Amino acid sequence: MQAKGRVFKYGDNVDTDVIIPARYLNSSDPAELATHCMEDIDKDFVNKVSKGDIIVAAKNFGCGSSREHAPMAIKAAGVSCIIAETFARIFYRNAINIGLAIIECPEASKGIEDGDEVEVDFDSGMIYNRTKGTEFKGQAFPEFMQKIIKAEGLVNYINGQNA
Amino acid sequence: MGMTMTQKILAAHAGLDHVEAGQLIEAELDLVLGNDITSPVAIHEMDKMTVDTVFHKDKIALVMDHFIPNKDIKSAEHCKCVREFACKHDITNYFDVGEMGIEHALVPEKGLSVAGDVIIGADSHTCTYGALGAFSTGVGSTDMAAGMATGKAWFKVPSAIKFNIVGKPKKWVSGKDVILHIIGMIGVDGALYKSMEFVGEGIQNLTMDDRFTIANMAIEAGGKNGIFPVDDLAIAYMKEHSTRPYKIYEADPDAVYDEEYTIDLSTLEPTIAFPHLPENTKTISEIKDDVIVDQSVIGSCTNGRIDDLRIAAEILKGRKVKKGIRCIVIPATQAIYLQAMEEGLLKIFIEAGAVVSTPTCGPCLGGYMGILAAGERCISTTNRNFVGRMGHVDSEVYLASPAVAAASAVTGKISVPEELGL
Repeated sequence: MQAKGRVFKYGDNVDTDVIIPARYLNSSDPAELATHCMEDIDKDFVNKVSKGDIIVAAKNFGCGSSREHAPMAIKAAGVSCIIAETFARIFYRNAINIGLAIIECPEASKGIEDGDEVEVDFDSGMIYNRTKGTEFKGQAFPEFMQKIIKAEGLVNYINGQNA
Repeated sequence: MGMTMTQKILAAHAGLDHVEAGQLIEAELDLVLGNDITSPVAIHEMDKMTVDTVFHKDKIALVMDHFIPNKDIKSAEHCKCVREFACKHDITNYFDVGEMGIEHALVPEKGLSVAGDVIIGADSHTCTYGALGAFSTGVGSTDMAAGMATGKAWFKVPSAIKFNIVGKPKKWVSGKDVILHIIGMIGVDGALYKSMEFVGEGIQNLTMDDRFTIANMAIEAGGKNGIFPVDDLAIAYMKEHSTRPYKIYEADPDAVYDEEYTIDLSTLEPTIAFPHLPENTKTISEIKDDVIVDQSVIGSCTNGRIDDLRIAAEILKGRKVKKGIRCIVIPATQAIYLQAMEEGLLKIFIEAGAVVSTPTCGPCLGGYMGILAAGERCISTTNRNFVGRMGHVDSEVYLASPAVAAASAVTGKISVPEELGL
């Protein structure tokens, strides 16, 4: 499993209110949520993002609310992976549960800039910055979470157990 | 190696004698909670599962609280979806208009959370029930769906930070000041992935409502949960509200903590979190210039309980909300609303020029019932002050206690009750 795309770079504490503001939470349709993704932190995001692009951020990405609408909006906007120094814990769970790839790597977070072309290999945990010619080793998922990700989310994982 | 309160509860619910920080476990759930924003997504996920029944109709709570009474057609559709699900599965603890309250005030009040429980809720402030000695934590909708279907959830056993509470707070200093002080000290990711374990003799000087407020905002420090030991006050609360058996878990003397802090309540001052993070705290004496406000919100799952309303009423009694300031008071549940009415608090609020709303999360998350325009400022007893949280992206939210929010409504700037001669 791999991801490859152009980077949108953000700082510390990107919260769920700026990822998807509550004024849009009267919808739970991923495609509709995606049209407002990152609206309060980066108005141009939805116009610029292409399928496969990657979000890179610093500390505590996804802090705040438990709204699964946040990773749903990011995934539906076409983002293939989020790389951050750390993730807020509920966002981390939610991303895994809906099959949105995320990876913790402080070095990559520091060594990647907005607009860089980046490639991620989830099997090895390697992150390649193709623009700068650098590479980083991300933290691999525990086996338990790998099973959920391989099943493409918690629902399929549970369905597989019951089958 | 000893275990913390949190670790002991998780071990017991995983059928294990011992767990350690970092261990992945699967735990039995005593309650699975959702609201009108998160439940529709969970119901949709559950539809995809090969199971078509819930694990226990009494152990699921569905509380319509964020956008109800429905603010628009889409919200109405969400609530309808949950209503039909609750009806289909005969969910005992389904709370709609007329019975509902803000979920984290309602769940303990209805006796659905007691000491020793493991509770997940698709709402980040589910950590509130740690005030009663339960392990409770926020999750997303897919976890909620899996919880409703299987009665189980996976957890990574958290390491812990110990907060040793000593002393007695000064007049007008309450649980909100305690937790804002702590978040200011350790930061919005200071307890990331960890449990916040509150212990010490000073806890006896905190009311149950203070403790609910403190546990409620553990998530604002990144915490997985916040938890208090169970004392006579907590037992009295549970006996008054619940018929369920409770179980008290105490930390082992040799439990391991990543960090330890001592919080002397007697030294705390009214504390305000400035935009746009809960960690941007200042004590009232650190605020040098006037901070003019346009609105004051007194309510939410953090501070909409009866103690909070009593404090606000004590300040607003015989006074007027300053001309041009909107003061919105939101009792968190119908029972609190009724009690506030019987105690004459609602009369005080209305005579002061405040409005009193039916229970709703409304303005806290910028849903409705108090949205801010560009350039406006709100002093609020709610829990988050992120960019655009209560409305326009150029508006500002200042987080404070009910005492500060009420005093500020009278003066039109961030104030403490002492400025009113109290």
